[in-house]
Amino acid sequence: MLEIRNLHARVADKEILKGVDLTVGKGEVHAIMGPNGSGKSTLAGVLAGRPLYQVTEGQVLYEGKDLLAMKPEVRAREGVFLAFQYPVEIPGVSNAYFLKAAVNAVRRHRGLEEIDAMDFVNLISEKMKLLGLDESFMKRGLNEGFSGGEKKRNEIFQMAVLEPRLAVLDETDSGLDIDALRVVASGVNALRSPERSMLLITHYQRLLNYIVPDVVHVLSNGRIAKTGGKELALELERTGYAGLEGTVGPAPAGRA
Amino acid sequence: MTVASAPDPVDAYVGEFDRLVREDGTEPLWVRKVRESGIERFRGLGFPGPKDEAWKYTSVAPIARTPFEMEPRGEAPSIPADLIDPFTFGVLKCSQLVFLNGRFAPKLSYLRWLPEGVRVRSLAEVVRTDPGTVEPRLSRTAELDGNPFTALNTAFMQDGAFINVPEGRIVEEAIHLLFVSTPHRVPTVSHPRNLVLLGDNSQLTVIESYVGLDGGTYLTNSVTEVAVGANAVLDHHKVQREGADAYHVARMDVVQGPGSGVTCHSMAFGGALARNDVNTRFDGEGGDLVLNGLYALEGRQHVDNHTLIDHAKPNCTSSELYKGVLDGGSRGVFYGKVIVRKDAQKTVARQTNKNLMLSKDAHVDSTPGLEILANDVKCTHGSSIGQLDPDAIFYLRSRAIDPETARTLLTYAFAAEIVRQVKVAPLRIKLDQLLLSRLPRGESIRESL
Repeated sequence: MLEIRNLHARVADKEILKGVDLTVGKGEVHAIMGPNGSGKSTLAGVLAGRPLYQVTEGQVLYEGKDLLAMKPEVRAREGVFLAFQYPVEIPGVSNAYFLKAAVNAVRRHRGLEEIDAMDFVNLISEKMKLLGLDESFMKRGLNEGFSGGEKKRNEIFQMAVLEPRLAVLDETDSGLDIDALRVVASGVNALRSPERSMLLITHYQRLLNYIVPDVVHVLSNGRIAKTGGKELALELERTGYAGLEGTVGPAPAGRA
Repeated sequence: MTVASAPDPVDAYVGEFDRLVREDGTEPLWVRKVRESGIERFRGLGFPGPKDEAWKYTSVAPIARTPFEMEPRGEAPSIPADLIDPFTFGVLKCSQLVFLNGRFAPKLSYLRWLPEGVRVRSLAEVVRTDPGTVEPRLSRTAELDGNPFTALNTAFMQDGAFINVPEGRIVEEAIHLLFVSTPHRVPTVSHPRNLVLLGDNSQLTVIESYVGLDGGTYLTNSVTEVAVGANAVLDHHKVQREGADAYHVARMDVVQGPGSGVTCHSMAFGGALARNDVNTRFDGEGGDLVLNGLYALEGRQHVDNHTLIDHAKPNCTSSELYKGVLDGGSRGVFYGKVIVRKDAQKTVARQTNKNLMLSKDAHVDSTPGLEILANDVKCTHGSSIGQLDPDAIFYLRSRAIDPETARTLLTYAFAAEIVRQVKVAPLRIKLDQLLLSRLPRGESIRESL
């Protein structure tokens, strides 16, 4: 599904990813943990095509295709989804309009006709139930005045509607209280499927109590420092990141 | 060797005045006096230059050097009704007065049912048939001040709307005043003049449209005077869609009685050079004013918005938001002033100007300003000039939306903050269309909004 080889990336003059190697199989859920500044969000941004990041070396294959050669919108149409750590507020564009535009862009790419108005309503009401969202939500401006929890729920809701084959969740747990975290996690779990791979990017182990990964990687100083099973996350929770080779970041401050 | 210089433009207008107005013996003497005071003021002021603070960013040299011809008085010749269809508002049920090149066009105008005593008529006709109604009010709200275009309008005013809503009358349907300019061989000018009077506890919705058919140079120089009685409610909209080669200078003056509520939306889309002045004054306590503006410019368009909000009385609230979308090599000017007089305690005033620059060659001069002479007030002002947020564009692209549509959506969203405050739904829809039709892929977005 996803194969990252020797990926180097920088922001302006600062090299952040220094040779990431990572393979995610079809239907697998991988967690990427690591201290602040280790390059987690950069990796997510590079996969989604954020223009801020410049790839200097290496390659990324998505379903055998060169992901880095695709524009961000093409990646999305091909089934890559990034759940943002900080979703953007866009007052004046309703959630409904925005989602319909996104769904239709994906459909056109696949040679399908634009979605019928009734089908669209049915599609979104089904997915809204999954995330416990109410009707008024669709009429509101995109993320306009949403609380942190609502924004994160909206990200997972969009993922549910767009049905990606590769989802990258960037710090989806950050800023969530335990109730909101449960809602978001159950949404994500409902979307797990043998056809869908996921990359969970998180600082804390807490999220992994609710979304249990198949593989855990530790990103440190721009490289994968350690890979293991789900028990690796628990080990990190006990020892912190400080024990890792080449780690400069602080140990996680919070405990779930 | 001597070179014959072009005639001085001020002399040319004075000469025109002598020819047209002084020789016209049909008007009441008081109208003649008003006109004479106008031309005298204009003679004293002349056209503004770069040293005039109020015209610092807007050169009117192209207007001053163009010899404009004025239509003769009287009713306008008829034109096919379908020519004005694009400038009406679809299913909107409204009364409509149409003026062609400054002259009333009765065949294109119609009145729907109006509450008893409400008058919606041609101002020239009222001056002719019932001058006593107009005399005490004309040129009282938009007084002759330092604005030479107001002086010119007062000297040459042709026609416009007279709307009088008596005390307690609620006019539920909008009144649409449509000023149409049609292209001519030579540059032409019209000087529309409107007088809108709202009695105490009355309510009125007005739409003033200034439109032009492309293909000719012309000048529209309009003045609208509005007096709003105690506790009355006015919803005013100005839609400026002049032709591509047009000059548009407009001024509206509003005096608000105690407890009155006024909302003004000013939308500027057209013209080569446009200047729009809105002056409002609270003439009683407890008044509320919402002043909204939008200018969407492209190419070489230049639009200058000047607003003056005079908190002359205590306990009034004003909220002003002007937004500009500037593309191409267009130029925008916002100059806003809020004056809070010495006794105007408990004033709440908020003034904001925001500009979205779509092109490196576009330019804007934004000067918000507060002058506070009272000490117990809440006043804020601010202005911003920025580009589309790259994070927002990326967010939309990450959801499969192409970058062009993303930019159009974000631009539309920026402007929609103003448009969505328009309560008259068919007008709001039309404004959405106008906005989106100027943006790439806007048509496809409009269909699914």
